[in-house]
Amino acid sequence: MLDRINKAQNLMNAACKAMGRQVHVMEVCGTHTVSIFRNGIRSILPGNLKLLSGPGCPVCVTDQGYIDIVLELADREECIIATYGDMIRVPGKDHSLETKRAKADVKVVLSSEDALQLAKDNPGKTVVFVAVGFETTAPATAVVVKEAAAESIDNFCILSGHKLVVPAMRALLSGMNHNIDAFLCPGHVSVIIGYGAFAEIVDDFGRPCVVAGFEAVQIIEGLCEICEQLSTGKAELKSMYPAVVTEKGNAAAQRVIEECFEAADGYWRGLGKIEKSTLKLKDKYERFDAFRRFDVTEVPAEEARGCRCGEVLCGLIEPPECRLFGETCTPQEPVGPCMVSSEGACAAWFKYGRKKTQKP
Amino acid sequence: MEADRAVVDAMGNRWKAKTTLLPEAKLGDLVLIHAGFAISLVDEEEAKKTWQLLAEIYEFDDTPNKVSG
Repeated sequence: MLDRINKAQNLMNAACKAMGRQVHVMEVCGTHTVSIFRNGIRSILPGNLKLLSGPGCPVCVTDQGYIDIVLELADREECIIATYGDMIRVPGKDHSLETKRAKADVKVVLSSEDALQLAKDNPGKTVVFVAVGFETTAPATAVVVKEAAAESIDNFCILSGHKLVVPAMRALLSGMNHNIDAFLCPGHVSVIIGYGAFAEIVDDFGRPCVVAGFEAVQIIEGLCEICEQLSTGKAELKSMYPAVVTEKGNAAAQRVIEECFEAADGYWRGLGKIEKSTLKLKDKYERFDAFRRFDVTEVPAEEARGCRCGEVLCGLIEPPECRLFGETCTPQEPVGPCMVSSEGACAAWFKYGRKKTQKP
Repeated sequence: MEADRAVVDAMGNRWKAKTTLLPEAKLGDLVLIHAGFAISLVDEEEAKKTWQLLAEIYEFDDTPNKVSG
C-alpha cells in the first residue's frame, strides 16, 4: 500500500511542479470529503493542488424550505415522519426534526422499506418518507413507491428531495464556480448512473473526470490521475473503481427511477434553482407524492444570518472562512446543514481540520 | 435468499437487504449495499485488493512505526 501511495505522490508532485500554477480539483462527494480528512490526504498533496468540497452532500444541499415543509407535516396529528438519520438535526426556521420529536411522531429508518413497513403497521396514520439523496438512494425510494402502489398502501407517501449530480456540476461550471480544473467524481452515484454519465462534463467543459473509491490509496491514485491529465493538457473520463463501477451503471436501478420519477427544476441550497436537477414523482404515482397530497410547495428560504453554507457547497470558500465557523456554528449547535451532516464540509473541517482558534 | 429479500454477511454481521435492484444476484455473491438495497455486484478480485489494503492498515497500527501518546 505504501508503495502505491509513494508512487502516486511522486507522480503528483512532478505533474503539479510542471504545471506551476494553482490547480483546483473538486471532490463532488461528501464521503470523499470526509475520507480525505480522516486519512490526512491534504497533508501529502503538492502545495499548488487545492481540493474544493462540492455539493455532494444531499443533506447539505436540501433547501431550508423543504425542511420547513417536513416540520409542518410533522405537526399534523395524522402524520408519522420517517427519515434517514442524518436529516434529523438539520435546522429549519425554528426547529429541527430532533427538537420536534418531543411532540411529533418522527421515526429514524435505515431504509425506505422500513418506512413502508411503518405505514403497514400504522393504518390509522399517514407515513411521510423524507426522501433525500442523490441517484444512489433514489432507486430505493422508487422501489417502495411501486410496492405501495402494487399493494395499495395508501397511507404512505414520499416527499421527494432527490437530486441529480451531473446537472449540479454543469451549473457550477456554467457560472457559480468555473474555477474548477477537474472533478473527483462520486463512487456510489457512479454505481447507479455509470461513469459514462460524466462524459458530458468532459466533452462540453473540457474537465477531467475521474471516479475513485473511498479508501485513501484509491483517492490518492484518483488525484494522481487527474494531475497527470492536467499536466499533459488532457481531459478524459476515467473510472478507477472497477470493483463496482461500470460505464453504463445499474440498469435495473435506472429503469425504476425512470418509471417513477421525472426530472424537474428544483432548488439546491447555496446553488439556487437548477434546471432538471431534482426528481419529482410522475403523475401515475401522484397519490404517493406528499407535495400533492398535502398541497404544499417548496419555497426557498433565506440562509440564517451569516451562514455561508452556499459558498462552501460551491467550493468558493473553505469552512474556516465563514465567521460563524467554530464560534456560533459547531456540531453541537449547528447553524447550517454543512455543520450538521456527517458528510458536510464544515463538520469535516471542524472534526479533522485546523480550527480557527489554532495558530497556523 | 427468498424472492428479492436476502440476508447479507458484512464482516461477520448479518443484515437484511433487498435485491430488487440487482436481479442477477445469487447466493454467495459479493454485493455493495446502500440504504438496505444491494446496488452492485462486487468483483471478487477487486474486493480482495480492498480487504488487503484494510489489512495492511490494521497491521501498520501494530508496528513500531506507530507514534504513541
